[in-house]
This record gives sequence, C-alpha cells and structure tokens, in this order.
Amino acid sequence: MSRIAEAFSDGKAFIAFITCGDPDLETTAAAVRSAVGNGADLIELGIPFSDPTAEGPTIQGANIRALKGGVTTDKVFDLVRELRKDVTVPMVFMTYANVVFSYGADRFISICGDIGIDGLILPDLPFEEKEEFLPICHRYGVDLISLIAPTSENRIAMIAKEAEGFLYIVSSLGVTGTRSEIKTDLGSIVKVVRENTDIPCAIGFGISTPEQAKAMADISDGAIVGSAIIKILERYGRDAPEHVGEYVRSMKDALR
Amino acid sequence: MTNPNGRFGIHGGQYIPETLMNAVIELENAYNHYKNDPEFNRELETLLNEYAGRPSRLYFAEKMTKDLGGAKIYLKREDLNHTGAHKINNVLGQALLAKKMGKTRLIAETGAGQHGVATATAAALLGMECVVFMGEEDTKRQALNVYRMRLLGAEVIPVKTGTATLKDAVSEAMREWTSRIDDTHYCLGSVMGPHPFPTIVRDFQAVISKEIKEQILEKEGRLPDMVIACVGGGSNAIGSFYNFVEDKDVRLVGCEAAGKGIDTFETAATMNTGRLGIFHGMKSYFCQDEYGQIAPVYSISAGLDYPGIGPEHAHLHDIGRAEYVPITDEEAVCAFEYLSRMEGIIPAIESAHAVAYAMKVAPGMRKDDIIVITVSGRGDKDCAAIARYRGEDIHE
Repeated sequence: MSRIAEAFSDGKAFIAFITCGDPDLETTAAAVRSAVGNGADLIELGIPFSDPTAEGPTIQGANIRALKGGVTTDKVFDLVRELRKDVTVPMVFMTYANVVFSYGADRFISICGDIGIDGLILPDLPFEEKEEFLPICHRYGVDLISLIAPTSENRIAMIAKEAEGFLYIVSSLGVTGTRSEIKTDLGSIVKVVRENTDIPCAIGFGISTPEQAKAMADISDGAIVGSAIIKILERYGRDAPEHVGEYVRSMKDALR
Repeated sequence: MTNPNGRFGIHGGQYIPETLMNAVIELENAYNHYKNDPEFNRELETLLNEYAGRPSRLYFAEKMTKDLGGAKIYLKREDLNHTGAHKINNVLGQALLAKKMGKTRLIAETGAGQHGVATATAAALLGMECVVFMGEEDTKRQALNVYRMRLLGAEVIPVKTGTATLKDAVSEAMREWTSRIDDTHYCLGSVMGPHPFPTIVRDFQAVISKEIKEQILEKEGRLPDMVIACVGGGSNAIGSFYNFVEDKDVRLVGCEAAGKGIDTFETAATMNTGRLGIFHGMKSYFCQDEYGQIAPVYSISAGLDYPGIGPEHAHLHDIGRAEYVPITDEEAVCAFEYLSRMEGIIPAIESAHAVAYAMKVAPGMRKDDIIVITVSGRGDKDCAAIARYRGEDIHE
C-alpha cells in the first residue's frame, strides 16, 4: 500500500497545508513535526511561487514572506530530506506549474521521488494539460493529484477515472481562504467520484473550524486545511509550531 | 494557425485551475458558433464602423519620411479609434460575444488603462456591469484613465499585490473570474492567457492588418517591406502581422519594452531576456529567475510592463517569421517627442516604441521601401508621465 493510501486507511484523514519558508524553513520543519505529532495524516508542502493565481490573500501573503526570506526550490528539497529522517506520513508538494517546469520537470520530479515526496498538486495544471508532467511522475513513482471543482460537472467522471493518489475536491468557487459557509452540493460531487474511482477523496478550500472539517469529512474521506494554519503562522511566527499542533489536534479530534 | 487544443507550435495551452475549465470550454464553443454567424458579424461590423470609427486611416508620414531620408513611412492610425487605441476592436467583439452568451458582467485587467477604458465603454454601450482590475502603481501612472473608467460607469479595483502592475492585475482578474463565472465574462485584453483567448483576441485584432493590406495596395500597389508594432502581450502587433504572415517578403517586427536596457534588471523585454515557462494560463516566454519565479519587470510604459508575451508571438519568434527587438525608455520617449513635433501626432508611449525602431532603420533603407508603423494608441494619457520623465511636473 502506498503511503498516501495508508493515510486514508484508518478513519477520516486530516491534511495540513504549510507554505515552506514562512517565516523560515526551521519553523516550517517544526510546524510539520508538530502537525504530524498531533494527528495530521498527510502534509501538503507549498513551494512558494511569486504569482499564486489560485490563492487568496492569506496564502499569497505566506508565499511573499517565504520568497522574501530567500526560500528556493533547492532549499525546500533540503527541508524534505531533513524531515524524512523521522516523518513517515505522506508528504506532497503543492506549487505552480512553472516552478516544476522551469526547474526541469524531469529533474524536479526525479528529486521528488528520491527524497520521499509522494505526490504533486499543481492547481494550474488541469486534466487537459496533465500530459506535461504525468509520464515523468509515473517514471519516478510520484502521484499527480487531480482537482475537482464545483464547476466541474460533466468533467468529474473523466477526471476521477484517471485520478491517482487522492482526489482533491475544491469546496467552493474562487481562491483559497477561510469561509463562513460552504454552499456547494459536495455530496453529489462525491457520489459521481465514488462511481468512477476507488481512490480516496478529500475536500479543501474554506475549511477552518472543527465543525466544518467534520461536515466535510462526513461526506468524503478527509479534510484539507491551509489558510487557517497559515494564519496561525502569520500570527505567531517562529512560536507558531506549538499553536499549529494544538489546532491540528482540535481538527483531528473532530474527525475521529 | 491555432491547432485544436490551442497550441501555437509548443506554446499556448490551457494552464488554469479546474474551476475555470468549463468556462473556457463554454467560451470556445460560443466563439466557434458566433464567428461564423452572419448576424453576429453584421452587428460587430456595424459597431466597429459606426461606433468605433473604422476603418482607421493609413497615413503617409511625408515629413517624417523626408526627415529620416530613407524608406517611405506609413502610420496605421489606431489612435484615431473611439477610446483612442486598438483595444476597442477586441473589446467590442468580446463584449458582443459575452452578451450573446447571456453574460451580464464584464471584468478586465488593464495596464495603461486603454483596455480598461475600452471595456468600460463597451459595457456602457451594451448595458453591462463592468469591473476593471488595475495595478495600484498603474492607477497612479494613469490617473486620467482611472477617471475615464469611473465616468463610464465601471468600478476600478486597484491591485496592491506583487509589483502592483499589469501582471498582478491579470492574476487578480483571473482570481475574480474563478469566484464568479455564471454571469461574468473575463474580457482579456491581449493575445495571452489560456486558449481560446489568444485566438479570439487575435481574430478580433486582425482587422488591423486586413485594412493595412487593402489600403497599402490601393496607395502603393504593393505590399510593405516592413510592418512594425509594439509588443507587450502583443495584441496590436498580432493584429498588424496576422494577414501578412503568409507574405514572406514582409518583415514583421515587434518592439519590446527594454526599460532601462536589456542588460539591466529594469526591463520588460520578454523575447530578449526571458525563457520558456508556464504562467497566466499559457506556455510561452517569460521574464523569470532560475527557479521560475516571475520577474518584477519594468518599463516606462504601463501597457508594455508585462513579464510575458502571447503564445503566437512566441511561435512566430521560434520559426523566425517575426523579429522582436528591444527599445529603451529613452528611445521611446525621444520617438514620442519626435512624432509629436514632426507629424503633429502624439502617440501612446507604447506605440512610440514602434516609432523608435522605424527611426533607427528607415534611414538605412531604400527610398522606394515601405514601412508601416502601427500607432496603436494616442498619447494624451502619457503626457504627465513623459513630462515627469523630462523633469517637469505638470499636475494633471
């Protein structure tokens, strides 16, 4: 069983997103360990990009802070090497197509395979363009994670059929960020997903409270939280890891 | 020249969030339907002729020709269009298409403000809501155009992220579109972004080269030797080139904004300093660092201050069909002043980049050679900024 499949094998999964290097890579490492220690089942590591078009103000801010701090793709690879000494949960990269492409896709993805990155989430790489990286991902055993949006409708079955790792279901229209209410009929989306694939699906975008996480995980296989964690990092800076841990525990407890 | 999945050679494509995929597919289907619809084309032609003032003139710049002492110079006067630039050609087409698609709201990005003004104008005319995203830096450089947009009933949202210029306005417009698709059309202003935008915008701008061809054949009985246009995203340039691409004897020259020079970091000359990448929905050339972070580009011209270039230009460059040359701020400002004094035509600072290249090459060409320069817009909007560049504060 792959690490990703394992993460979903024992109840509902809690997936934590952290932008690498916000405010610095030491804090990122500590925050990841704290999240894992408090029950995070899978870690999404954001490699900062100068122009993250799918992100709301919170994660945009994290990207800018990280880049100003001098984070590069190579430094993020080093961070993962360091984390893999003791972190056993699956870790996936969340970044933008140009970060992979400009590094040299083959070089980037082969390093991912080497250092223990399990998957790649690229919000600006839709189904129609996935051939850009998919054959390379297969060569190095890295899952290319597909996304499904509230507007996907007739595309859900097509995307689900070829999905690998897990499916990332975007809860709402718009960009990342916390929301007071999630209105999309996610139950119907998950139903079509289930009809077309056996891989797990998790819901993200807009989730910040334990109640929301439970509601989302009740209809899927897990909840993904990004902006709410980034807000903790923004608020507490280098002291954030402990607070991230407490927050992750409260979210994971709601899913048990 | 577009193949079915929106590629120009290796460039183009649809690198956008899944949330937008059905929207661009809906747009492509609607466009493929209406572009062959006689009724749609009649309506658009009426708008272009009766409202925007087409066809624009092809003017023989006799004084400039004599002064430079070489090739005959013609100016394609897109600056005479309603709203003062070529942008209206594309906007009327897209706004009419959006209306046919049942959309009631237009959003747009703008750099110099010309595309924003054109979109606000079309929205007013067709009774649609309009929101324009503009980098905060550009709202300062182009305060007059901000006022024009508001006067026309549009809401202008200053974008404060990143470099607060055109690229950030595009990013923010894309973000807005993902949050509201049902009633909203993203009226993209250049031949960039995800398929089908580069094709749609090119088709609506191709009227420029269609007219140049007819007009020059009537005046000179032959095709020009060179067509010159400025390039940011590249919409007036592709419009000026398109109907000449198969005429191999016509040299096509795009003038990029070199800012303070292509050997400095303060430049926006994508072809000359960028490399292949994926951004804003397309594969093309971009100014970026070794890790693919998009570079904070610079030009005196807000309309050319963009780190990428349209995918069809990238392809024309790859196959050697068009040349892309860098023009500095200083050269563009000199050309801005030159055309004003020589011909009594104040060009947009964007268009002045094209004029500057003609000033370099015309003297070395034969007297029976013909150059066509596309004057993509008028320069009234730039007067305060150019005065400032020359050390004079004129307070608009």
